[in-house]
Amino acid sequence: MSTPYAKLPAWADYGLIPLINLFVAFVVAGFVVLLVGENPFRAAIILVEGAFGKGTGIAFTLFYATTFIFTGLSVAVAAHCGLFNIGTEGQAYISGLGIAVVCLSFDSTLPWWLTFPLAIIAAAVVGALWALIPAYLQAKRGSHIVITTIMFNFIAASIMVYLLVGPLKPAASQAPQTRNFFAGAELPKLNWIIELFGAKIRSAPLNISFLLALAMAFLVWLLIWRTKLGYEMRTYGHSPKAARYAGISETRIIITAMMISGALAGMMALNPVMGDQHNVAIDFVSGAGFVGIAVALMGRLHPVGIVLAAILFGMLYQGGAELAFEMPAISRDMIVIIQGLVILFAGALEHMFRPYIQALFASFSPRSVGMEAVKGKGA
Amino acid sequence: MDVFNAIVQTLDSTIRLSVPLLLACLAGLYSERAGIFDIGLEGKMLVGAFAGAAAASVFHSAFLGLGMAVLISVAFAMIHGFASITHRGNQIVSGVAINFIAAGSTIILGQAWFQQGGRTPALQPGERFEAITLPGADAIRDVPIVGPIYAELLSGHSILVYLAFAMVPFTWWVLFRTRFGLRLRAVGENPAAVDTAGISVAWLRYRALICTGILTGIAGAYLSMVQNGGFVKDMTAGKGYIALAALIFAKWKPVNAMFACLLFGFLDALSIRLQGSPLPIIGKVPVQFMQALPYILTVILLAGFIGKAIPPRAGGVPYVKER
Repeated sequence: MSTPYAKLPAWADYGLIPLINLFVAFVVAGFVVLLVGENPFRAAIILVEGAFGKGTGIAFTLFYATTFIFTGLSVAVAAHCGLFNIGTEGQAYISGLGIAVVCLSFDSTLPWWLTFPLAIIAAAVVGALWALIPAYLQAKRGSHIVITTIMFNFIAASIMVYLLVGPLKPAASQAPQTRNFFAGAELPKLNWIIELFGAKIRSAPLNISFLLALAMAFLVWLLIWRTKLGYEMRTYGHSPKAARYAGISETRIIITAMMISGALAGMMALNPVMGDQHNVAIDFVSGAGFVGIAVALMGRLHPVGIVLAAILFGMLYQGGAELAFEMPAISRDMIVIIQGLVILFAGALEHMFRPYIQALFASFSPRSVGMEAVKGKGA
Repeated sequence: MDVFNAIVQTLDSTIRLSVPLLLACLAGLYSERAGIFDIGLEGKMLVGAFAGAAAASVFHSAFLGLGMAVLISVAFAMIHGFASITHRGNQIVSGVAINFIAAGSTIILGQAWFQQGGRTPALQPGERFEAITLPGADAIRDVPIVGPIYAELLSGHSILVYLAFAMVPFTWWVLFRTRFGLRLRAVGENPAAVDTAGISVAWLRYRALICTGILTGIAGAYLSMVQNGGFVKDMTAGKGYIALAALIFAKWKPVNAMFACLLFGFLDALSIRLQGSPLPIIGKVPVQFMQALPYILTVILLAGFIGKAIPPRAGGVPYVKER
């Protein structure tokens, strides 16, 4: 394949290829299950039933999906601008600090619908600021954003550990976390939506930040494909040289994209902190930022794809918990493997199957891949 | 004299703590000099640690363990090569994937095979690398100054420690004094030129990744078979990333890499030693600050405030033959 990849029909590009990649990732994961000595088909059934079988399962699946929509969008916005933001994890973690300040100050005086917007702003601002420094260094000093954001993940973790075992911890408590929030900082649940469909829910943390996540997905779509800024970001991501030639300020576009990315990462913290745990605890992000990489790649950086991929990963998290219960040999770490395989096949190896699929399409109908029939002419 | 002993002990643990960093850092040096970014050092160390400890405890042999650690680690390096060289995928994405696969599979397989919550069985005396006493160490132990330095600091480490430090001049020699090294550096700077000379870019980069895999395997084996008598889940705990930071800090040079790793190891040793006890003049330093210091220093370096770190020019760019 020496020619640049010929065009496939959109449905194949955005539907078929991701599905094939995903399928291969799951086949390999199935082999790992086999290696552990369990039946991969039974494992898959337990997983899907655990995620969608009961109302509670669905609510949990959507709760996890909320988190991954935020982190997936965060990675995607940066990626459209050609930046790989590995720092989503750290930006989300440090945003817990902003949320903690808002919640601990206002939770006994304000109702939730006033605390929530304040917390959104705090989370977004802190996340954006944490992304600002690596962005500035990339734009002005040329330091590689991947390395700096990794470093900032560790620095964020150190700061949060320091604060949570020290200043933010109530004196009487041993656990490294803030005091529990009062009702003024607890987000209302959304379980009634699922109950409308007749399913019963015992207790699940699905909350209003799910709607915020969907709204953000829409806004990201609007930003990337319907605004001048989004156009500039995509231009820069496609070809920094072309962007420079078109008079787009490199510094401005890098910093803006990274700050939006950081703000989205920061909002992720609202879901577990205000929607579920009602405190800020050590390691509350627990890898969701990295899941965002898998989600963004699988969703092909499009908000619709990201929402779907996030629901898939939500399913893996919730179903995985059930699976660990039924098959003790397969703990939740199985998801980490699947996540890695998805990143490998949908990300790094995304072009592996493309030539074959193109050949297949070309043999059926050359027009569909944008080629004229070459019969008798000699390529 | 107490102060002197404390210094010797801190330096001793500096050496122990910097060895895995040094091995991983040199591993990264080979691949990055060949133009392949490798975020997956962490993951390869982790699978090396697991494979080493698991094989050593099953076959009752430290050397078989080391061999298995290297083998599996090289296999993971080849996955990275397959994705990023053969299929020209994004090298960072591939590295991230390897870290996740390593983190998950070591726990799942460890639990399935040994049923100890993701640990491998504690290694018995013959199954791990023992400390080597250098000749005459016991004889001169009581000599002031020189005695403790020789007996405590230089003697009494495992063979992997000496190997790690021997790898520094060896790597320098390979990179700067052999034909392979010249080509390896060239492929990281200007692969098209190497290609024009009729040398396969892909095969050179694969060989660089094999070197990376061997060294990360040894680094992992050191963690699980020397520093710790067995594998514990997530035992690399970010060391692969610190090694990456050290590599940048060292500006992709082997001797600098050793000093960078010793510095980061020293910071680690110091934070363990101090454990919240106050320093003279500065006062009490939070442990977390000491732990974050390597990362902060690297960011400051990257920002160009301490010299400038210039990576190999072709780093991170998949090589496309025709243009």
